[in-house]
Amino acid sequence: MLLQKYSKEVKQILSKYPPEHKRSAVMPLLYLAQREEGYVNKEAMQNIASLLDITETDVASIIGFYTLYHDKKAGKYRMQVCTDLPCALRGADEFLENLCGNLGVKVGETTEDGLVTLEEVMCLAACDRAPMFQTQGPDGIEYHEYMTVDRTMELIEALKQTEKESK
Amino acid sequence: MAHILLRHRDIPDFNKLNVYKKNGGFAAFKKAVTRMKPTEVTGEVTKSGLRGRGGAGFPTGMKWSFIDKNNWPHYVVANADESEPGTFKDREIMESNPFQFLEGLAIGCYAVGANVAYVYLRGEFWQVAAFLDEKIAEMEEAGFLGENLFGTDYSLKIYTHLGAGAYICGEETALLESLEGKRGQPRVRPPFPPSYGLYGKPTIINNVETFTNVPPILTNGADWYKSIGTADSAGVKIFSLSGRVRKPGNYELPFGATFRQLIYEHGMGVQDGRSVKAIMPAGASSSLIVVDDKVLDTPMDYSSVRTVGSDLGSASVIVLDDTVDIDWVINKTIHFFKHESCGKCTPCREGNYWMKNLTDRIHAGTGSDDDVKLLLNVARQMQGTCLCALGEFSTMAVVTGIERFPQDFKKKTKA
Repeated sequence: MLLQKYSKEVKQILSKYPPEHKRSAVMPLLYLAQREEGYVNKEAMQNIASLLDITETDVASIIGFYTLYHDKKAGKYRMQVCTDLPCALRGADEFLENLCGNLGVKVGETTEDGLVTLEEVMCLAACDRAPMFQTQGPDGIEYHEYMTVDRTMELIEALKQTEKESK
Repeated sequence: MAHILLRHRDIPDFNKLNVYKKNGGFAAFKKAVTRMKPTEVTGEVTKSGLRGRGGAGFPTGMKWSFIDKNNWPHYVVANADESEPGTFKDREIMESNPFQFLEGLAIGCYAVGANVAYVYLRGEFWQVAAFLDEKIAEMEEAGFLGENLFGTDYSLKIYTHLGAGAYICGEETALLESLEGKRGQPRVRPPFPPSYGLYGKPTIINNVETFTNVPPILTNGADWYKSIGTADSAGVKIFSLSGRVRKPGNYELPFGATFRQLIYEHGMGVQDGRSVKAIMPAGASSSLIVVDDKVLDTPMDYSSVRTVGSDLGSASVIVLDDTVDIDWVINKTIHFFKHESCGKCTPCREGNYWMKNLTDRIHAGTGSDDDVKLLLNVARQMQGTCLCALGEFSTMAVVTGIERFPQDFKKKTKA
């Protein structure tokens, strides 16, 4: 269970907010809840709801509203490419298209080994360093900037390697 | 000129506490807490002419003076939800000059009598938040945050809080809802945050860049600050330059520098030596400016940009060259706003849905002249009817794109 497993983190998160407004902790707790599996499962949702005295529906509505929370399993890493206007002016659309070709997946799909889900996202505030994407994975979110398809494939190879070693 | 905000570009290791301190860091905060009354701090900021850097340009000192003194506790929130397409300045400040930002935030807290502040960062700034947490801990360790600061009875805690990918949370009341653990949807205003903010308590919300201006204002004085920039826009601004320029990036310039200086002197001109077709000075929320020599020589300050039919906003200057089709541009911006519309008010939720369908069709080359007219009509119906600025902003590029670049739509449509 989330609260037992991460009791120290939970306590630390709750300490940021006035006790009578502990609902504020829902967002950091959701990040904690999806750390391992990449999405928030039903049990964690119930945990968070009871800890904060809100309903499960409240928790679910927050997961649904914000793009960085997920209620379904995907690849271990979500590779989220920005194709918004400033990035697109610097080749982001072509980058994503070529990346799809190289990975053999369409936007929204996951590679066969379950490692990478390719996604298209809105502006990530790195417009001067396009093409760029972020990876959302077990260790949080990382930015990858001034990217080429070659460098991206190298990154994926490195992730594969780490994955193999950890098994 | 030495940088006032991007000082890390002049001084190596400026994001280290001892380096920041050695270069005058925290002297302004100490001076405020030990030698000035809160109202004197607010007075100095008011006198400096500092205006909010999040986009609205509201006078900062005036905002601080609105705090309701009959309702306690007070809160201060730093808006670090930087999400406007084309804007990437706050990230550089937080990564490279974090202490000046945090010191400015601390001074703001003292000025309005807040003992707790939150930095609300967009969820994607995960690494930045972890970095700021380290810096906040260092400040606590060094006695610049915590209990009884500088031997007075003033105490202050600063916490970071991560959003989770919602542009709307840059709108201050949506941000507060989000910080309270709810969906980030704007509140009906009034009441405004200085009387009814976080947890219903008086709250001041300012952008990261705004706070970063405060320590040098207290150190060097309001008159010094006012002597930089133009009459209606005091001081310096970080311009985020992106799009089809050779050298995109952040450039700190005094207000009143021209588009030409930004694009050609700092951005090294347009890619492939092409010419500038249009400028979006406020990111995706901009009215498109048709560019000619006169426009290029327009000073970038709040009032001058208005004379060429747009707004400076957060000064995220996106450059479109003569190879870019405007029907494509508005298709991109509408995809963004359709995705980011929070769904609370009908004009924005439905309007963006229909604008997306129409721009998709027009951009695909399957639309008619009537579709363009209908798109313009939908955008105009939305104007003035949305709950917050997002809905209004979503129409800007559409309306000005169609009105100012009709030829781009003519060639895409059938009669």
